[in-house]
This record gives sequence, C-alpha cells and structure tokens, in this order.
Amino acid sequence: MDFATFLIQTLNSLQYGLLLFLVASGLTLVFGIMGIINLAHGSFYMIGAYMAFVLSSATGSLVWAIVLGIPLALIFGAFLEWALFSRLYKRDHLEQVLLTYGLILVFEQLRSLLVDNDVHGVDIPAFLGASIQLTDVLSYPVYRLAISAVCIVLAVALYFVIQRTRLGMMIRAGNDDRTMVEALGININMIYRVVFALGVALAALAGMLAAPISSVFPNMGGQVLIISFVIVVIGGIGSVWGALVAALIVGFADTFGKVLLPEISGMVVYLVMAAVLLWRPEGILKKG
Amino acid sequence: MNAQVSLILKLAVLAVLACVPLTGESFYVEVVSKMLVMAIFAMSLDLLVGFTGLVSLGHAAYFGIAAYAAALLSPKYDAASLWFLFPASVGLAALAALVIGLFVLRTKGIYFIMVTLAFAQMAYFVFHDTPVGGGSDGIYLNVKPSAAIGGWEPFDLGNEHHQYYFILAILVLVYLFLARVLKSPFGRALVGIKSNEHRMQSMGYLTFRYKLGAFTLAGALGGVAGFLYAVMFGFVTPELLSWHESGNVLLMVILGGMGNLVGAAVGAFAFEGMRGVFEGWTEHWQLLMGSVIVAVVLFLPGGLSSLPGRLRRALQGGDDK
Amino acid sequence: MSQTNKSEVLMVAKDLTRRFGGLVANRDVSVTIERGKIHVLLGPNGAGKSTCINMLSGDLPPSEGTIHFMGRDITGLTAAQRSRVGIGRSYQRTNIFPQFTVLENVRLAAQSRNQQPWRIFSKAMEQEWALEKARACIEEAGLGKRVDWLSGVLSHGEQRQLEIAMVLATDAQVLLLDEPLAGMGSEESAKMVELLKRLRATRGILLVEHDMDAVFAVADVITVMVNGEMLECGPPEQIKNSVAVQQAYLGTEESFHV
Repeated sequence: MDFATFLIQTLNSLQYGLLLFLVASGLTLVFGIMGIINLAHGSFYMIGAYMAFVLSSATGSLVWAIVLGIPLALIFGAFLEWALFSRLYKRDHLEQVLLTYGLILVFEQLRSLLVDNDVHGVDIPAFLGASIQLTDVLSYPVYRLAISAVCIVLAVALYFVIQRTRLGMMIRAGNDDRTMVEALGININMIYRVVFALGVALAALAGMLAAPISSVFPNMGGQVLIISFVIVVIGGIGSVWGALVAALIVGFADTFGKVLLPEISGMVVYLVMAAVLLWRPEGILKKG
Repeated sequence: MNAQVSLILKLAVLAVLACVPLTGESFYVEVVSKMLVMAIFAMSLDLLVGFTGLVSLGHAAYFGIAAYAAALLSPKYDAASLWFLFPASVGLAALAALVIGLFVLRTKGIYFIMVTLAFAQMAYFVFHDTPVGGGSDGIYLNVKPSAAIGGWEPFDLGNEHHQYYFILAILVLVYLFLARVLKSPFGRALVGIKSNEHRMQSMGYLTFRYKLGAFTLAGALGGVAGFLYAVMFGFVTPELLSWHESGNVLLMVILGGMGNLVGAAVGAFAFEGMRGVFEGWTEHWQLLMGSVIVAVVLFLPGGLSSLPGRLRRALQGGDDK
Repeated sequence: MSQTNKSEVLMVAKDLTRRFGGLVANRDVSVTIERGKIHVLLGPNGAGKSTCINMLSGDLPPSEGTIHFMGRDITGLTAAQRSRVGIGRSYQRTNIFPQFTVLENVRLAAQSRNQQPWRIFSKAMEQEWALEKARACIEEAGLGKRVDWLSGVLSHGEQRQLEIAMVLATDAQVLLLDEPLAGMGSEESAKMVELLKRLRATRGILLVEHDMDAVFAVADVITVMVNGEMLECGPPEQIKNSVAVQQAYLGTEESFHV
C-alpha cells in the first residue's frame, strides 16, 4: 500500500467511523440513561436517508433537506418517546426487543408504501462537489471531508453539552443515579424525551449525510444497527466517549479490512468485537 | 390443568397433525411441515429464553449453519446417507454454539442480546461474503438424503408424506427430550439460574458451564430444525441466518408464552399462520405483523398467552388487572 | 461462654484491604472463625461489615490480604468455588428462589454438592439423597411445616430461616450470615437465636448483626468495626467494657444499651 492509498483509506476510515459515532452515540445514551435496548435505532438512520432523498428532490438541495430534516427528526423522536418508549422504561429487555422489532417492520413497510423499494441516489451539494488532488492519479472528494468536519463539530458540541451544561449535568446524573435525579426534583421525563429526540436526530442526520455516498436503499438501517451494537459493546454501554473510540476502531477495522483482507472483510469488525469481549467483557470504557 | 387432561390434549393435537397428509392436499402438507420445523426451532430457543433466562437474538445462526452443513456435505448428484448427514449437520451447529457461547456468555443483559446478534451476523457474513456457500445466492441441496441402512430403506424423504411424518416424529422426540432434560438436575439448575443466578453461584454452581451447556444444546436443536428445513426445501441462502429470522423465532417463543415447550410450538404455528393470513391480504403483511407486535407489547404485557386468563377474568366480571 | 471444649480454627482472614477507586472500604481487617464459636462483626452502618463478609464469601475479591480455609489458601477462589470447599453464606436482603417451593429451594442447594450436570436424563425428583437432605435441613431450620409452600409467600422471618436451611444443605463448615435477624419480630428473633446456638456446635459461624441484645446473647467473639477498620476484637465482656468502643459509639444513635 503506497502512501497516497494509505492516506485515502485513513480519511475514509475517519469519515466512516465518525458517521457511525453519530448513530451509536444516541444508541448508547438511550441504553445508558433509560436502560432501553432500541432495535429500531437503525431505522432512524434509514428514515434520515430517505428524508434526504425526498426532501432534496423537493427542494433541490441536500442542504435544505438537512435543514428541514433535523427539526422533523427531533419532533418525530419526541413523539415516539411520548407515544411508545415512555411506556417501556419499567419493562424488561425482552419486551423492549419485541416492541422495537415490531417498529422496524412498521417503519420499513411505511417506507415501502410512502416511497418505494428502489435504490435511489442523492446529489452532493454543488459547492461540495469538488475533489482535492492528492497525487497525479488520486484525488479525494471534498464532500467526505465535509462529513468528517460536521461530525467532529457535533462531537465537540456533544462534549460541551454533556460536560458543561445543566442538561448535560442531568444526563450525567441520570446515567449514574436515576433516583438521585428524581430526588433533586428534576423532571426526568423531560430529560428522557430530549435525549431520545437527540438520539433520533443524530441517527437521522447520519443517514442524511451518508445518503449521497451510500445511496438510499431498503433495509439500510439493519446493517447500521448491528454495527452500532458492536460499537456500543466495544465502547461500553452508556459511555459516549467509549462510543467515539469504538466507532473509530470499527471505522478503521472495516475500511482497512476491505483493503487488506478482502476475503473476510465482512467479519473483521466482529472479530475485533470478539477480541474485546475476551479482553474486557464490559467494553473498553465501561463506566464505574 | 391436571396431568391427564394435558396428556390427552397433547395426544389429540398429535392425532390431528398426523391426519394432515390424509387430506391429500400437497399445499397443506408443505405448510404444516414448515410449521413443524419452526416449532422445533422455537422450542430450542425456549430452552434459552424461557428456561435459562438468556435472551438470544442470534439463534438463526445455528439453524442456518446446520442447513448449510446439510447442503455442503451432500454429494452434488447423489444422495447422502441420512444417518451421517443428520448428526453431522447438528454436530456442526452444536460446535458453533459451543464456540460462540464461550464468548457471548461472558456478557449479561443488554450486552448479551447485542452480542448474540452480532455473532449471528458474523456467521451470516461467512456465508454471504465468502464462496464456501455460494455467496448471497445460496446453494442447492439437489438430492435428499437417503434413509437406507444397508439394503433396507425404512422410509423415503423424497416422498412428501414420509417426509412429513419424519419431521413430525422428530418434533415429538425433541419435545420429549427437552421435557426430560428440564426435569433433570441439569434442567432444574437452569431454571434456578434464570430465577437467581447469583444465588446459584453462592451455592457452588459454576453457572457458566450450565449456561454453556444450555447454549450448546439449544444450538444443536436449532440445528435439527435447520437440517430439516434444508432437506425439505432443498435450497439454503444466507437469509436463513439473518437477524430477521432470529427476531422471528424469538417472537414465536414469546407469542406462545416463555418457559413452556408446548407454548413455543403453538407460538410457531400462530406466527406462521398469521404470516400466511397477512400475506394473503397484502404484500405489506409485515406492516400488520409489526403493528400487532407493538400493540401486544403495549396492551398485553404478559404476551398472547396471558389472553385466556384476561378474558376469563373479564367475563367473570372480576377486575381485570 | 463457649459450650464446646474442642476448638478448631476453620477460617483465617489476614489483613484484608479493599479499595473502591480512591475509597478504602476495608483496611487491614483480620478475622478468625473457629468451629463451635459464633464470631460477630459489629459496627455502625458504613463501617465496612458488608464489604468484609463479601470478601470472605468470595463475592468481592480483596485488594490485599489473604484468606485461608482449613489451612488452604482460598484468596483467589470465586464464590462458587468457596461454596464447594465448605463456606456457605446468607444475604442481608433475602435471596431465595421465590417462585420455587421451600423444598425445591433447599433441594437445589443440596444438589449443588453432587451436581453431575451431564446426567440430563435422570430425574431430579428421583434423587432421594438430595430430597432427604433437603427435608432434614428444612426441619433443622424449623420450617418443617412449610415444606411444600411457595417460598415467595413465606413471612420475612421464615424466608430468613429458609436461607439458613439452604446454607445447611450445602454442608457448609463455615456459615457467613449477613444480618439473619434483620426485620424479625421478637418471637422470630428468639427462635433464630436458638437455631444459631444449635448450629454452632458443629460449625463455625460469622455473623453480621445490628441487634445488640441478640449479639450479646449469641456471640463468643466480637469484632467491632469503625470506618472500615477493626477497632477491637475479643469476648463480649471485653467489648462491653472497652473504652475505645464506647467512645466510638458515644453520640451515635447506635450506642450500646446494655
């Protein structure tokens, strides 16, 4: 592997890992804070991608689609939390698995009814359509760099929200001790709703950003869901920073796996997970 | 329900099932055959979910591995011996479960659910991405295995009715086997682990070994179902290992009420029946299925199996709780 | 106070220390458990009694220190392994199998002594030795009239008795009992004290307890813990008269009423 290829694969790994982090961070927060296992989280990614397709067709630009899509995703998430997930907090994991599995079927079929079952492309916004020339023969698309940039900005923002704001303090407290938060008179239901909506919006945004690269296709949520599970397992449940580290590990393992070990590329990520399980069954950054 | 009534009911259901081929309708024989296979699959998972308290979301892996083993170990243009192919396929599924169990049983709760799913997905990729099993197209099992022992052939799986009764017999055997296992000290310990694993440990049980035993056994029996499926349809694809199949079989177990072997079988019949009916109505049958699942969880916390009790209480005018 | 003349050291814990992050929950705690004696761990809430009993039972690995049982180093053994060598424990919060009958709870405990997990075709209910032992232990713990009851519907005191029966069924030489009298009425409490005295004859017992009257009624040796450290260890008279102990307890709500 020459240096330019290595550089490109490194950039791809970063971009893929950061995108996965957007999905996995919401998943791990919902696990950690609310104790809910949400199989439908991958569907939010799928819904985001389809929103990117539908809205950018209607408005003519992916940027507008994202601007419209994020509030829609937030509202959708808050609604779901109110209508369904708030009823799951006291239930056991099995019932959570069941309900969210049912939701996947519903979301996929609604997608099929409202859009269709075809594969669609989404155009990269014109101002990000250029490529950077790395060597005479190799170039790198600006759009992928833009994705990484957006994700980094969001990760930093998330860091500030969690470490520096009142909401973040509540999130951290809720993560550690639910009864204490309630004893302080903090409205835990509101925290849950905000966190859930945030998780939905992050996953949907990841779907919207990925749409031009991966295209938009049925059942695209399932694959992302399972990879996100792997990330949460590697990173440790409830740990956002664990999710970031794990997402990058997965991004690199998957990208370089495809280059170096093409025969078993689909399995590399899972082998990494197996190794982590042997080493630290609770994840590399398990809290407490 | 006392033991005698329960036994008579089970025998009556068995008699009805035994009569299905007499209808002479090939369609029904095939539909019910598949239900029987799924019933075996659901019972195997119930050993984990209902009796040991391990919620596996990757059980389709063992079903699929045995199905692939059946197809791959069969000669291309000739019949394999059933007496070799069956145990070999089931053995490979058990081996896979043993190895995967060593990893996944190190985790608990939500982790366990996610990790079983992830390992099943890994198995899916083995068949989907590599050429061993024909990639995403799957492979054919061209010639059904032969039951011949020496020159004597007790039955012929190529004959639809023989195959039906073979599957039915295996279902009964698997049921009797599991019922017996659950009465054994091993089975009692599994139920103890489900109830209070920590206490079992403090009484000197090395619970990991028991769970690994249960996981391997469940994998083997899931493999029995997968083997029968491959023989029946003569065609296997990676989708057999997909997480949708794992989700579906979990649904069957829960539909029938966990921790009840007959219930798991009933759940399999109910699920396949519902699928058949919904498919007849609309191509978007999964929308109906998904809505039913969501509604059941929201409004019937005890699952479908709690329905008779609720109805009875409602009819008796008692307060429905 | 001891009723047996034959004293045999069963278990020796030496200089046990347990840290949680920067917090030291136990520092240099040493405990000796002898056959025929009841050793009581005494101390206010947060003194580290639970941490100590958890280290003895194997639920919590010590950060430092050693534990020997009948001459053998068992520091590295898990809870399950310690149960197998003969250390049984009951829990502060009742810890049973509520949906099983009393008999099945104790039968499972008895079964643990000869597990034979590979015999998946034999019937558990036909293992006469386990059933007989379970019945005997239930009788010994005073639950003879409740054999076929669902354990979840027993009274609190009866569930504590059931815990003891389960420990007995594991042939434990050392009983680690975490507040067996907690939440009991005076009558139940008296019965439990009688039971403990009977059990002492052939076994070694370590007790974590709050109830002062009961402590002085049964204790042969008392270790007083404060802030994760041993304050004093000795026979009840010595503890009663100890200035250090009285000072430590003065002004706290759990002062001695003796």
